[in-house]
Amino acid sequence: MDKGIRWFPYFVLLAALCLIPLLFSSYVLGIASEILIFSIFALSLNVLVGYTGLVSLGHAAFFGVGAYASSLIALHFSDHLMITLAGGFIIAVIVSAVIGFFCTRVSGFYFLMLTLAFSQMIYGLVYRWGSLTGGDNGLSGIPKPRLLPSFRIDSGVSVYFLILIVFGVVLLGLNIVLRSPFGQILSGIRENEVRMKAMGYNTTLYKIYSFLIAGGLGGVAGSMYSYFNGFVSPKDVYWTLSGEVLIMVLVGGVATLIGPVLGAAFIVILKTVVGSYTDLWMLILGIVFILFVIFIPKGIAGIGSLRKKRAAGASVPLNAEN
Amino acid sequence: MDVIGIQLVNGLSYGLLLFMITSGLSLIFGIMGVLNLAHASLYMVGAYLALAITHYTIQNFLLALIVAPLLVGLISVLLEVFLLRPTYHLGHLSQVLLTFGLAYVIHDIVRWMWGADVQWLPLPDWLGGAVELFGQTFPLYRLVVMGIGFGVAAAMWILQEKTRWGAIVRAGLSNKEMVGGLGINIKLVFTVVFAVGGFLAGFGGVAAGPILGLFPGMEFEILILSLVILVVGGLGSILGTLIASLIIGVVDTFGKVLFPQLSLFIIFGLMAVVLIVKPTGLLGKQVHGNG
Repeated sequence: MDKGIRWFPYFVLLAALCLIPLLFSSYVLGIASEILIFSIFALSLNVLVGYTGLVSLGHAAFFGVGAYASSLIALHFSDHLMITLAGGFIIAVIVSAVIGFFCTRVSGFYFLMLTLAFSQMIYGLVYRWGSLTGGDNGLSGIPKPRLLPSFRIDSGVSVYFLILIVFGVVLLGLNIVLRSPFGQILSGIRENEVRMKAMGYNTTLYKIYSFLIAGGLGGVAGSMYSYFNGFVSPKDVYWTLSGEVLIMVLVGGVATLIGPVLGAAFIVILKTVVGSYTDLWMLILGIVFILFVIFIPKGIAGIGSLRKKRAAGASVPLNAEN
Repeated sequence: MDVIGIQLVNGLSYGLLLFMITSGLSLIFGIMGVLNLAHASLYMVGAYLALAITHYTIQNFLLALIVAPLLVGLISVLLEVFLLRPTYHLGHLSQVLLTFGLAYVIHDIVRWMWGADVQWLPLPDWLGGAVELFGQTFPLYRLVVMGIGFGVAAAMWILQEKTRWGAIVRAGLSNKEMVGGLGINIKLVFTVVFAVGGFLAGFGGVAAGPILGLFPGMEFEILILSLVILVVGGLGSILGTLIASLIIGVVDTFGKVLFPQLSLFIIFGLMAVVLIVKPTGLLGKQVHGNG
């Protein structure tokens, strides 16, 4: 495909997103911010699930680690944007290195179980280490990030643009990385790990790289969430969030760049709409998810025939166990 | 010394409850290749059905202990026939995700029907007392749970090792296509195994009700520990599951008392060590479906 055409839809998307603060109320702006944060989060998980074929059910661990790390740095050390953001990212990468070291040794169900188990371990730590994390109450009163000594990113619109810029960087960065030879190796592992091994690739190492990218970007999403909310709680580490983001990826469409964004938008809007009528959103979400698994396994991105080609690999991770 | 004895009983009885749930999970995983993430939800449903039975009909714990698991077994049959069976062609991982969605659904249905507050299954007086053993007092019900747990383990072992049905299940663990090829109705085997697993989970839920309490979210604490046990014990081995259950039950109980901030780390540290040293678990053998 011609390079210009390939990038074109992304620029249109980003341009449209830039217009939201001008056209809509702060309520819509809040929802849009949340969608972008969860898009980053879902995009990060999709590196593992869609591109490397490793279905993780513990991704909230990195979201939570990023959120808590950024918040703690902002509360106790410095509220400079770059320091809190880098802190959240680096600590998430370190944690994902440790977890990834164990989890990438196994595959299939065992990977799913181990990621779930490790994330619950982090949840346990956050929940019980009350003196640092505030325990059940979480951390509140987190200062909004400061960019210059006199410039604080504190309005809804400025936080939105911060999130939008990070989202754009992540989207374009992943676009480059996942289309590079490195990304092709990850896809190769998804399609046939044994063959990749036979070709001489150290597949475990590549799986760890994939884990680091996913974990680090998950941490960035968590940092964004702490800027947006000014509050973190153990809920942001709990397994239900891992499940939710996995649902976003699968509902949106795995192994596509736009899929997780669509999935995040779909789920956040669904939650907002359903949440205004009933608090049984887990029930609705569960049913929607089951219906998607059965009837639309390729997700929203796979529905349109235009995207058929790109989504062709989408069903692979789901059926990789056959 | 007193504390150690009582915590040991607490840990062992907890471990045996975990065994009842995990043995069903392990059987289903081993034979059907479905990691049923809604398995612990059936445990919760069992406990809440027992609550409903003791509240709204006769206040009889023993009756609830039989009827509620049977109802859960029935629910399992319905789930297998109407939800899982039509989706076997989708592949194993799709079914994991399916059961995951199901866990969400069940969680909210329970919360909707019974509320989010912690509730307790009432014990009859004659089970609620304490007994003196070796100069120490132990809660009687914990000892009864231990007895029941060992009874279930023995029954499972006899069923699997000594009967024709057990032979089919064992054969199914190593090669389910071959079992199908021998003219055995593998679909029926799946349904029965799923029902038995559901029954055991429900049974565990009722038995745990008076000790652990009932609340939406109880299922996921158990699910996590069950998954750990599954990994530590190894697939397809009842003895391995039993040993792992007892270890995890005791370690978790002591961990919570001695190092409350680190108890989860101890458990997962244990699991990580086992996985690195012996990826198939303590007594497990390589079986299909573990990717």
